[in-house]
Order: sequence, then C-alpha cells, then structure tokens
Amino acid sequence: MPPLKPLIITILSFGLVGYLLFSDGDDPKPRADGRIEIEYWEKWTGFEREAMAELVDEYNASQDKVFVDFLSVSNIDRKLMLATAGGNPPDLAGLWTVNLPVFASNGALMPLDSMLATSSLEPDAYLPSIWEQVVVYDRVWGLPTTPGTIALHWNKRLFREAGLDPERPPRTIAELEEYNDRLTRFNDDGRIEIMGHMPIEPGWWSANWSIWFGGDIWNGEDQVTADSEANMAVLDWVESYPDRYGSDSLMAFRQLSGVFASPENPFFRERIAMVLQGPWMYNFINNFAPDDFEWGVAPFPTWREEDYGASLVESDCLVIPQGSAHPEEAFAFIAWLQQPEQLERLNLAQQKFSPLKEVSEDFYDRHPNPHIHTYRELAENSHARMRPQMVTFNEFSSDMVNAIDEIMRDEKTAEQAAEEIQNRQQDLFSRKYESWLKVREARLKEWDER
Amino acid sequence: MTKTEKRNLKVGLCFISPWIAGFVLLTLYPLISSAYLSLTDYSVLSKPVYIGFDNYERLAVDDLFWKSIWNTFYFAALSIPINLVSALFLAVLLNFDMPGKKIFRTIYFLPSLVPMVCLGVLWQWMLNGEIGLINQALAPVCDTLNYLLGTSLKPPNWLVNPAYAKLGLVLASMWGVGNAVVIFLAGLQDVPRSLYEAAELDGCGFWQKTFHVTLPIISPVIYFNGIMSLIGSFQVFAVPYVMTNGGEGPGRSLLFAATYVFNKGFQAWSMGYACAVALILFLIILALTLLATHVFERHVHYAAK
Repeated sequence: MPPLKPLIITILSFGLVGYLLFSDGDDPKPRADGRIEIEYWEKWTGFEREAMAELVDEYNASQDKVFVDFLSVSNIDRKLMLATAGGNPPDLAGLWTVNLPVFASNGALMPLDSMLATSSLEPDAYLPSIWEQVVVYDRVWGLPTTPGTIALHWNKRLFREAGLDPERPPRTIAELEEYNDRLTRFNDDGRIEIMGHMPIEPGWWSANWSIWFGGDIWNGEDQVTADSEANMAVLDWVESYPDRYGSDSLMAFRQLSGVFASPENPFFRERIAMVLQGPWMYNFINNFAPDDFEWGVAPFPTWREEDYGASLVESDCLVIPQGSAHPEEAFAFIAWLQQPEQLERLNLAQQKFSPLKEVSEDFYDRHPNPHIHTYRELAENSHARMRPQMVTFNEFSSDMVNAIDEIMRDEKTAEQAAEEIQNRQQDLFSRKYESWLKVREARLKEWDER
Repeated sequence: MTKTEKRNLKVGLCFISPWIAGFVLLTLYPLISSAYLSLTDYSVLSKPVYIGFDNYERLAVDDLFWKSIWNTFYFAALSIPINLVSALFLAVLLNFDMPGKKIFRTIYFLPSLVPMVCLGVLWQWMLNGEIGLINQALAPVCDTLNYLLGTSLKPPNWLVNPAYAKLGLVLASMWGVGNAVVIFLAGLQDVPRSLYEAAELDGCGFWQKTFHVTLPIISPVIYFNGIMSLIGSFQVFAVPYVMTNGGEGPGRSLLFAATYVFNKGFQAWSMGYACAVALILFLIILALTLLATHVFERHVHYAAK
C-alpha cells in the first residue's frame, strides 16, 4: 500500500478538481434582512452604468422584499449565453435587441408574454419601431430601455470652407456625393487631407446600408437578399469611391481611424466632414472635439428621395434568461423600470430618448443633447427600420464588412462581391433555418406552456 | 519490477496525481468531447444532434476555412524562422561578457511580460500607417532611397493592406521572443568551456566555434524553442484579434484558424462546426510536431546519449 501522505494528496487533488468542475457554484445565501437577492448583469460602464445604478439603488430602498445586485459585465451577449448554457445565469440581464433572435431561437431566454399580460404594461405605449424589435416568433423576449437611431453628423465649419451652406445637409445619396467631391481635399503629395464622406468611416453599419437605399438583406422568412436591387445599389455606390478618389488614397486615409473614443477620431480632428453616427456623439464631441467644433444632425441621405428620413433603430433591452432563479422578482423590477418616470430618468442620464410614445412636457427641455429631437423623430418616421431578425446576421455583417473593404481596395467589383455574399450567406442561413424548422414546433409548445 | 520499484511508481503517481487529475478533466475530457461534438449540430444551449461527418464535408468546401488555414501556415512560415533566428542572435549577444549584461537581459525579456491584449493595442498604434512609430522610422529611409535611387518608395499601410498585415503581425510577434532568448541563454551558458578551448587550440575563429561547437551543443534547446514556436504560431489569436478590433483584417488577411474557431463557436454559436475546425487545427499541429521530431532527430545532439 502506498504511504498515507501521497494518497491523501491524491484524493484531495481529485476531490478539489472535481468540486471545482461539478459543484453548482455558490448557492445564493439568504440576505440578513430576509430579502430575495436577484442578480442583474448589464453591459454599461461609465456614466451609463451610473445612471442605472442610481435607479437600482432607489428600487432597493423602495421596498423590503427584493434586493437587486447590479453588476457591470463586458461582452455580455457572449457571457450570458455561456452562463445560461452552464445553468448558472443571472436573474436579469441587459442585452441589445439585435441579440434577441439568436437567444430566443436557442432557448436562452424566457418569453415574457404571460408576465406581461398580468402587468400594467401596454405594448401600445411604445414607439412601434422600438416595440417590434422585442417581438420575435410572435413572442415578447425583452422590454426596451434606452433606444437609439443613427443619423448624418456634419461639420459646419468644413461645409463653410467648401462654399456649402452649413445649415443645409445633403438629402439624397447623389447630393451627398456632390458635397463629398466639394469637401474632399488632397495635399501636395496626393494624399487625402480632408474627406467629405467615406462609407467605411466608421463602417459599423455595413450590413445595414440597404436601409437608406430602400431595401433589405432578408425576406423575413427563408431568403437572404444580398443581391437585391437595393443592396446592389449600395455596393455600386461603394465601388464609385476607388474610381473617384483612388484606392491607395482611401486606404491611406483610412489609417486615420484609430480608437473611436479618442481625440484621434478623424471626425473630431475635422479630417472628415460627414459621418453616420448616433446620439452618443454629443458626449464624445464634448470630451474629444475642439471647443469651437460646430456640428449638426439630420437624417442620413437616401438613394430615393421618397425614403428621406429612413434610419436604423436599435435599443437596449432587459431580458430574463432561461434558468433564472427568480423570474417573477426580476420581472417586477423590469415593470418598475418601465414606468414613464423611470425610463425618462434613465434616458436623460444616458443622453438618449424614451422608447415610449408619450414623454413629459419638460423631457426635451431637460435633455442635454440639443439634437435629441432629430434622433427621436427618426424613430417615429415611417421609414424607421430595425436590424433584420436573421439568426445569421453576425456572419452576414462580417461578409458585408469584408466585401466593402475589398471593393474599396479595388480588388472586387460590386457584382462579384454581391454574388459571393449571396451564395455563402444563403447556404449558412438555409442550414440554420433547417435546424430551426426541426425544433420549431417543440420550441413553440414549450414557450406556450410557460 | 522489484517491490521497491513498484512502491516508487505508486508514490510517484500519487505525487503527480494533481497534474493527472487536471490533465484528464481539463484537457483529455474536453479533447474527446470536442471530437464528439464535431460530429454534431450543436449551438451550445440546445442538445447536440448527431450529423455524422457533415461538418467536415462543409469544411472541405468552406472558402473561409481554407483561407484561415492558409493564413495560419503563411504566418507560421514567416514568424517561426524570424523569431528563432532573432532570439538566438539576441541570446548570443547577451551571452558576451560585458558590463551591464544583466540590465540588457532584463530589458530584452521585459516585453514578454506585457499581456497579449496590451501588445495588440500597442502594435495597433505602432503599425498605424499615418502616425505609427514604425512608419515614422521608415519614412526617412524611404526618402533617402528615393533620393539616391530615384525610386518612389513609401512606408506601407500595415494594417489596411492585406499584403503587409501579416508582416506587421510578425513584427509584433517578435516582441515575445524574450522567453526563447532566456531559454537559449541557459543553453549557451551550458556549453562546456573546454570545448571552446579545444576549438581555439585547433585554430577556430568565432564563426567556426559558433557553427561547430555552440549550435550542435545547444541543438536540443533550438529544437525545443522551434517546437514551442510552431505550436504558438499555429494558435495565434489574441494579438491579431485585438489589433483588428475583433475583425479579420483587411481582405481577411488576419483570419487565422484559431480566430475562425472563435468566430464560429462564440459569435455564430455553431459550436459543432467550431469543434471540427479546432480538431483539424489540433491534428495539423500534432502532425507538424511529429514531422519536426522525425526530421530533426538526427541533427539534435543530446549530451547524455
């Protein structure tokens, strides 16, 4: 028989590794005051986190049954999916509405319909362009908190220097490119000194350009439409850039895009005159742009005049992960937060607009961002569109980013790029769609029983 | 086996049991389960559904997979020799008896302590075509050459030009040579002085001593560093991921096999497919390691043999 000491070490080491691997983690200890503790993961940091933390504190102070433990978590979509798969999710989490189709189809979230039916919350109270984002497969998966739209942001000084009316932004893509030619300046060695507009600065919405071209990238059911008329118009528009400005010059200019939230940002440095951006710009311009920076916000130009006012609408939302230990208590907190007063406070502090149709009279007077009306009107516009609820949207987006990059570098034509994306994405989507059809009935039944 | 040997074996096994437990549960089990998952349609949350070799059939015709494998080989073929030679060169220099050598050794090792993510952010700036330090240093060189030779050379746009992106990454990866330098240094200090003295008596100069004494004696160390470098370069992920802000680089030139595993597994939630890519990557590394062992076996000199 081996000596005792090594044997004890062996047993202990297997025991320790086994415990770490297979234990359920910390059982929630009851709080000394007897309240139920619910864990809330949220993506926000900085002033956005502070805004929610203040509301959580107020909720905790307002009653004696539940205590919300608020935690800031980076890469929350990835971590929430893994925590849910591991059987140890938080009770409540803050996602983006764009995450909902993938999370819902994987069974990672609880449908909120039954709880919603017993509450005083009314879907009609929300702006339709925002409410439609939380509804996937005819069920409600989250409740919107802080929405945003994206718009044209332009530098008035550069407009003036180019002989353009600084108060009159372009309204159509043709006009945008006319302005672009007038605003773009080259220096002596042929490099672009100032650019009017460039579709890849910052290029965060490469997959969504078709919104401003009056089309979509998905038929809402089983077909990807990367080669639709609208998306082809997008790629043709991108293709006009290397033809007009030279791909080398564009790539050299692109090097300027360093860290977005820094004084190196070419928009703040007044090296690019027009960018597609959102309400967060107010905060960043205050922090990083020169003191005398003059800027305006307007709907982004559209390909067809009749679509003017189109925008992408997105929102943060609160969800209850599948496996949440205290779903009812979590929903009670969500319902409290959805009251107009709380939503307005949160959005004022985060410098966004309320997702509700009705807002208090002094909401806009108290709002720090002088352009908040414009963003809000874009969400109310009949051309407001959400990201397609396509489960392969991430892959589609990656392909579009790459295609636009290749066209800009003059390595592919618009037709070649569209054909490649269409073939690959249709194949990927069809596979996911087939997998979904196999489990669809079981999933719907499961959701209805909850 | 004698009674004492048996007893020693048991005691020995007991002492390494913490490692065995860790290996079995944290390496072997995931390896086997990922091999199984590669035969399934698995999205992390729902139950894996067995689909046979479907994932592998799709891999065979997946352009992005082949692109990621090509990029990985390309990067490995560039970075392994460059990193090995530069590490050996630095180790030889740092082995000279000179004042302040300990300070130099520390300085050359320091970059290895920088976390990968910081390294990625740092090199994103260093390689910036407009304001990066590398191009600031290259600009006068290009200007001089243009003046002398009448050429029109320009410093490259490292991170937006697919032709230069991997070269930029190789430059960045050279920051991590400190570990290899330390191992080379240990090997160099182990070369018996008597061999050098004998070689000197035979009239050998610096280069002859290097090629006929130093390199053969430290060949096991070169072999070890080579294998570690091979494994490391095939698993390259963190630095390009940070340098491209989670993207795939211009023209997908920085899409490596490990990046593809991550994208498929944790962005597209196609975990079964990601496991298939990971398993192929594992087999490639295993095959190359075995090949390297076989090829270099005759050239590696072990003093004990």
